[in-house]
This record gives sequence, structure tokens and C-alpha cells, in this order.
Amino acid sequence: MSAAHYLGAFAGIARRELLRFVKQRERFLSALVRPLVWLVVFAAGFRAALGLSITAPYQTYIQYQVYIVPGLIGMIQLFNGMQSSLSMVYDQEMGSMRVLLTAPLPRWYLLLSKLTAGVAVSMLQVYVFVVVAMLFGIDIPPRGLLWMLPALIPTGLMLGALGMLLASAIRQLENFAGVMNFVIFPLFFLSTALYPVWKMREANTLLARICDWNPFSHAVELIRFALYGQFNLLAFAVVAGTGLVFFLGAVWSFDPARRFRAGRTA
Amino acid sequence: MLKPLAPALDLIGVTFAYGTRQALKEVSLRIEPGETVILLGPNGAGKTTLFSIVCGLFSPTAGFVGVAGLDLGRQRTEALAALGIVFQQQTLDLDLSVRQNLSYYCRLRGIPKAEAARRITTELERLKMAERIDERVRDLNGGHRRRVEIARAMLDRPRILLLDEPTVGLDIPTRRELIAYLHTRGVEDGTAVLWATHLIDEVAEADRVVVLHKGRIAASGTPQRLCEETGAAGLDQAFAKLTAQGPPPKEQPA
Repeated sequence: MSAAHYLGAFAGIARRELLRFVKQRERFLSALVRPLVWLVVFAAGFRAALGLSITAPYQTYIQYQVYIVPGLIGMIQLFNGMQSSLSMVYDQEMGSMRVLLTAPLPRWYLLLSKLTAGVAVSMLQVYVFVVVAMLFGIDIPPRGLLWMLPALIPTGLMLGALGMLLASAIRQLENFAGVMNFVIFPLFFLSTALYPVWKMREANTLLARICDWNPFSHAVELIRFALYGQFNLLAFAVVAGTGLVFFLGAVWSFDPARRFRAGRTA
Repeated sequence: MLKPLAPALDLIGVTFAYGTRQALKEVSLRIEPGETVILLGPNGAGKTTLFSIVCGLFSPTAGFVGVAGLDLGRQRTEALAALGIVFQQQTLDLDLSVRQNLSYYCRLRGIPKAEAARRITTELERLKMAERIDERVRDLNGGHRRRVEIARAMLDRPRILLLDEPTVGLDIPTRRELIAYLHTRGVEDGTAVLWATHLIDEVAEADRVVVLHKGRIAASGTPQRLCEETGAAGLDQAFAKLTAQGPPPKEQPA
């Protein structure tokens, strides 16, 4: 197993993910339209109800639309992670996951390659969204586009690893709706994506505490600070730590010794 | 390192259980290079479970799996490199072209680009699929998709080719063509073949037949020997006696 084999396999996996993404135009459109609807419709209504004070990393009063951009970027990556997870469940049912898992490379490497390829796809979506948001007149510092790049990698990996862990637990496509209700919605709504924690604390301290503990909040904050050229160490540590735990969990659950069930093959 | 003279596949006392249900009980089977072994068994006999173990998707609860002289448990990646697999389910990406599917596989297997392109052309030509190379898999019929999967399994020049019910769901002429092709491929390249099926007509005279029944090996030998041992007039009768149920279907309805 040479270095060329490792790199080539990664290139192959990444190319496959990109090709599949490009061929599914509806997926790309919905990935773009979903956050834009939030930005344009939801934020407009919400702005009137919600007063924002100055919080880091912002140095001045900001529009609500500006506040939710990092949250919506996180949302894109969250949905992309879940979408990859959905396609892995589909691949397991369709069998193409077997082609991947029987390749003569370590299983952790194959899964990491798939994960990284998914992150590349999510970053593509994020950049298209941000550029469109800027065209809509949302005030995003142009240099932030560059600064957020290194932040999007750990956040994408963390959310992708979560999707992968879920994919190993969900064996049938029909069970996927439950994931929407019990994973995506709580992660998104109980986070700092739509409202700062202090605002939440005014309403309910328990919910605010959950927001504080939610790793998705930290993913959003990592992106938010990066957009303004700042590095949030706590957010990074939480994102990296939970990402690693999710990934190790996924590798563990894809171990052949654990992958059997009566009457079905993985 | 692959050992050229080692058995292509060596199973010793392989046992597997799904929870409390025993799916395989002490299965031992040795396949020499170039040998074609038909694993005959009714549905639910444990064929697919055995395949999943040989290709490393499941770990056996007990026993040893050797591929080309390598211990699958300890030298997993090296052992996997010696396998070519055609799964029972179709495993191609429907929205990608034939070429894209096969290139992806070559990448996973570490076959250099130029060499990969050459082998893809050769394997597709052998299966009369070369002119379909840029078609989307979704636009191919079941028989053609299966051909692509067989071509794919041969790309990495495996020491052993695993076929899990490769002709299920295909029409009779396509089945005949593929059965003949797979038999000659084993002879020409010295590739060993382990072929799981429940259809008697896929067996050639020279093949060794291993009958798997309720997770155990019920009999092993050439069709002639199995008939002699069971006192049956034909392989279908011998199979029926060994598995104590009605004779298996000769051919699938088209």
C-alpha cells in the first residue's frame, strides 16, 4: 500500500462525491435555497422582534441578517453532513458501501477520505451561499471569505462525522425522518445560530445552558469569529474534540465484528 | 506478500452467529489456484454470510480465513487486495458512467491511471461492453450492469474471484453467456473462483461442488461424485437429497 495508492484512493473518493453532487442538481439548489429563505424571509420578520446588543466578535450594532449568516453556514454544513449520512444509508442498502469497505486500505482511512470529500462539497455550497448573500446586500467582510476557510474544515469534519456515526446506527432509509426531528432540529434551534445565548438566557436558563453545551453552537461561533479574523479557541477545542469522538465512534461502529444483524448483511 | 503456491482460499472451522442464530457452523474449505468451486445451497443456507466473511465485511466468531496465503484477520488490507468480488446486489453508481465507475474502483485499488485505462478497455472488450463505456449505468439493462460488475471484479487481477449469485434476475440467454464466460475466465487466467448459487445449471462437469446446507458443508466433490455418493441420477436429485427438500430450479424464469 504505497503513498500513491492512499492519495489516489482519496482522489477517487473525492471525485465520486463531487460527480454525484453535481449530478444531483436538486440537492445543490435546495442546499442553496434553504439558507437563503432563512436569510431573506425569516430574518426580515425576526429582526423586528429581536434587539441585538453588541457582542463579540462584532464591534458595533449589526443587522440581524448579518448575525445569522454564520448560523446559516453551519446549517449548510449540518445538512450536508446529514445528506452524506443519508447517502451512506442508501449506499448500504444499494451495496456500493461494500465496494468502498472491501478496498485494500485501512477502514479508518476510507471513512476519513469519504468524510473529507463531503467537507469539500459542503465548502463549495457555503461559498456559493455567502457570495449570493453578499449580492443581496448582506454586510460580510470580503476578507472574511478567506478567514473562514480554515474554520470550515473542522466544523465540516465534525458535522460530517456526526452524520457518519448516525449512518452506522440507521440501517434503513425509512428511519431517516426521525433523525430530522431528533438530531437536526434540536441541534439547530438550541444553538447560537439564530439568537445569541444571552438572549436565550432571558427566556430560559436551562435552554441557554443547552445552547452553551451544544457542539453545533461552537461550530457556529468558530465560523462567526473566523469571519471577523478572530480565532475562538474554546469553540475550536469543542469542535475538534467532539469531531474526533464522533469519528472514532463511526470507525468503531463500522467494524465488521459489529456489523451484522439477523437476516440482513451490511 | 502474496504467496503464489498458497491456496487461493483457505477456510478452517469458520463459524458465525447473528446474535443467537448460528448462520455458519465450522465451515472448512480450501480452493487451489485456478480451481472453480460452486457453492451450492438453498436460500438462507449461509452463502451470503460466508461471502461477507471472506471479503472482510463480517468477522467470524471462530475460525481462520486465509486468502492467497494471508491471514484475513491480521493482514486484512493485503488479503483484500487479492479478492475480486461480484456482490449479489448491484453495487454500481447509477448516475455515473461505466468509465467513471470503473476508474473509481481502480483508484480504490491503487492501479495507476494509464494502466487502469488500459485494463478497463481490455476487460470491457472481453465482455463486449467496450462501446458502452461512456453510457450512464442507469441507462444500461440488468445484464449489462452485471457485465460491468464482472469486468470491475477482474480489473485488479484477483487471485480469487468471488461471485455471489451473479446471474440472479437475468434472462436466460444472458445467464448462459455469463456462465460460459466466467468458466473460461477461471481457466485462462488461473484465477480461482468461488461461485455461490442455488441454480444447478451453473455447474460445469469439471467444477467442484460444495453443498452448503443450514450453515454446514453437507457434501463436496465433482457433480459425478456427488451423484455416486448419494445414488442420485443427476446433480439436481443429489442436491435435493443432500438438502432434504424439493429439487432446486434449473433456470430462473426470464
